Amino acid sequence: MKKLLLASAALALVAGGASAQDIKIGILFGFTGPLESITPAMDKSAEMAIKEVNDSKALLGGATVEGVKADSTCTDAAAATAAAQKLVTSEKVAAIVGGDCSGVTGAVLQSVARPNGIVMVSPSATSPALSTAADDDLFYRTAPSDAHQGDIMADVLMKRGVKKVALTYTNNDYGKGLADSFKAAFEKAGGTVTIEAAHEDGKADYSAEVAALAAAGGDVLVVAGYVDQGGKGIIQGALDAGAFKTFYLPDGMYGDSLLKAIGKPLDGSFGDVPGIDSEGHKKFLDMAKAAGFDGTSSYTGESYDAAALIMLAMQAAKSDKGADFKSKIESVANGPGEKILPGELAKGLKLIAEGKPIDYEGATGVHLLGRDAAGSYRVYTIKDGQHVTDYYQ
Amino acid sequence: MVDFLNAIVALLNYVIVPATSYGAQLALGALGVTLIYGILRFSNFAHGDTMAFGTAITILVTWLFQSWGIGFGPLPTALLALPFGIAVTALLLLGTDRMVYRFYRRQKAAPVILVIVSMGVMFIMNGLVRFVIGVQEQNFADGARFVITATQFRNLTGLDEGLAVRTSTVITVVTAVIVVAALFWFLNKTRSGKSMRAFSDNEDLALLSGINPERVVMITWLLVAALATTAGVLYGLDKSFKPFTYYQLLLPIFASAVVGGLGNPVGAILGGFVVAFSEVTFTYAWKKVLTYLLPASLAPDSLVQLLSTDYKFAVSFAILVVVLLFKPTGLLKGKSV
Repeated sequence: MKKLLLASAALALVAGGASAQDIKIGILFGFTGPLESITPAMDKSAEMAIKEVNDSKALLGGATVEGVKADSTCTDAAAATAAAQKLVTSEKVAAIVGGDCSGVTGAVLQSVARPNGIVMVSPSATSPALSTAADDDLFYRTAPSDAHQGDIMADVLMKRGVKKVALTYTNNDYGKGLADSFKAAFEKAGGTVTIEAAHEDGKADYSAEVAALAAAGGDVLVVAGYVDQGGKGIIQGALDAGAFKTFYLPDGMYGDSLLKAIGKPLDGSFGDVPGIDSEGHKKFLDMAKAAGFDGTSSYTGESYDAAALIMLAMQAAKSDKGADFKSKIESVANGPGEKILPGELAKGLKLIAEGKPIDYEGATGVHLLGRDAAGSYRVYTIKDGQHVTDYYQ
Repeated sequence: MVDFLNAIVALLNYVIVPATSYGAQLALGALGVTLIYGILRFSNFAHGDTMAFGTAITILVTWLFQSWGIGFGPLPTALLALPFGIAVTALLLLGTDRMVYRFYRRQKAAPVILVIVSMGVMFIMNGLVRFVIGVQEQNFADGARFVITATQFRNLTGLDEGLAVRTSTVITVVTAVIVVAALFWFLNKTRSGKSMRAFSDNEDLALLSGINPERVVMITWLLVAALATTAGVLYGLDKSFKPFTYYQLLLPIFASAVVGGLGNPVGAILGGFVVAFSEVTFTYAWKKVLTYLLPASLAPDSLVQLLSTDYKFAVSFAILVVVLLFKPTGLLKGKSV
């Protein structure tokens, strides 16, 4: 009897040793609030990367990863911080994919990630301020900073001979950051911004903003807002009143819902969206289709890449401790080494385990400049209710 | 003379027409809030989400009608679906009253407790709406979008400025007038309306004179269902439907009701227009209008904007604070908050 007990105890020990650890990764997106219509697809993308790694059984000798969702609300820094705190203290996550909006991401970085040494990789926070915020090397993003997008926007408008624009932005870290960087770049290139008017998201009425923008005038209205929020309200209002005919639509304004809602009058408007014409991106789109969601929805590829980067860095550091793997994210993303595309995470993990270097390309051609993605943009024009790609920049 | 007409048209197009339509939407919402405050004696925080629920149901019925090929000519199909939306919303509100509010009414709970209770109801309805129709934006307006577009107006009159009038704006204003007239007729002329007003003025006296309070409460909820759904559908036709926006509508609606005088139906309507016009006029850039009106040498270079549009909410809330400081009962005599 005693022997039997001993044997089973020993067996249990062995079994315990063999079933490798369980790693939790927090997914902190605004499942409620202004981004609630795009975050489900972002979440599915991150979970797709996690599932791929789990299926490979190659991470840290067969560890399984579990994604733990939390709601950042996109707007409420206190709620986002509390949600992140819960992820770290009670769920004991090893890293966080997120946050989504710039404001809450900055807050979570300062009050949760840094004190606890948790790595955060955001797929969609694009405020320039996050490039310089103190981060103890814990913060990375797979989306480019808007400082870069501002230059691109000025360049696209100048190329089309537009010299005078009115500018409206959503009144938050993203909108303000993008508007400032665009205004600086556009004026440096010799253009005029007739008015810079903020708008609040999710409000009942935008007549006042449209009236002010129309009074200031301009050839094109630049709308640095969100596609299913105030940005759409402003465009609808401006078109209805006959104030503007052509709009410039930066990344936050890219979406089929806008085309569907407004339709024909948008023909001739143009804009840019982070995007790349690569094999990796096509592969990602196919995978998303197979998984049953829309891979062209905003920041889906970035979300997949954010989750993938975290897990690849863990493998490279042979540890799930933030302090160990935070330094590996850049080398995994930038190479040099074998290129890893979406759907090849198993291969990436195996190569790393064998001690070979990789260069994670992912869905969005990931290349980090410090903590920011270098980013590539797709410049498009709306023709017959479709986004028609002009070129990549 | 032509310049003068241009100035007038620009003002109409960007200030007066949009503010009137927004004001009518707020007024209908504020009427519901004020009715509940007057008769059930609490501020109903769930009103924005009641509007969202009513609109969601109306949208579903609209889709059903559209799939059957039933239309309403140049008018939006949603107007046909509206009665069904109202009916379902009425059931929801009566159910909520039965399950939640009646309990607190029997306890003779203080108004502040009912306010908190309504907040709880708000969160539940918030979730319910998202379950029913999802978080996405829905466009359900069909029929002709414009009575006249800015370009048509320009070609017609030869003026530089265009005046666009949307079908939804006209429908909103017309419906608001009809609904308000019907409500006042009901409150002033019918037996049920009179008993409601009696109940609102003095609950104890009303009870003594044999008015059945449960009946008054039920009629109130029915009226609120009709007002909230109509307001929600009109707003959705004019802009679009998104649960989050409806939740945010609560603030200007409350501001309207309080400015006008809580519990006073005429005040709610006045308040709606005060809030809407103050938001648009205080932040309007007068450059265009002045350029038309003044001789070329005096034409302004700056935007001539009193306040940046960032402050438009500050304006309506500043008005709210000023009104409450000097007339705590609101512009027209309501109940003090």
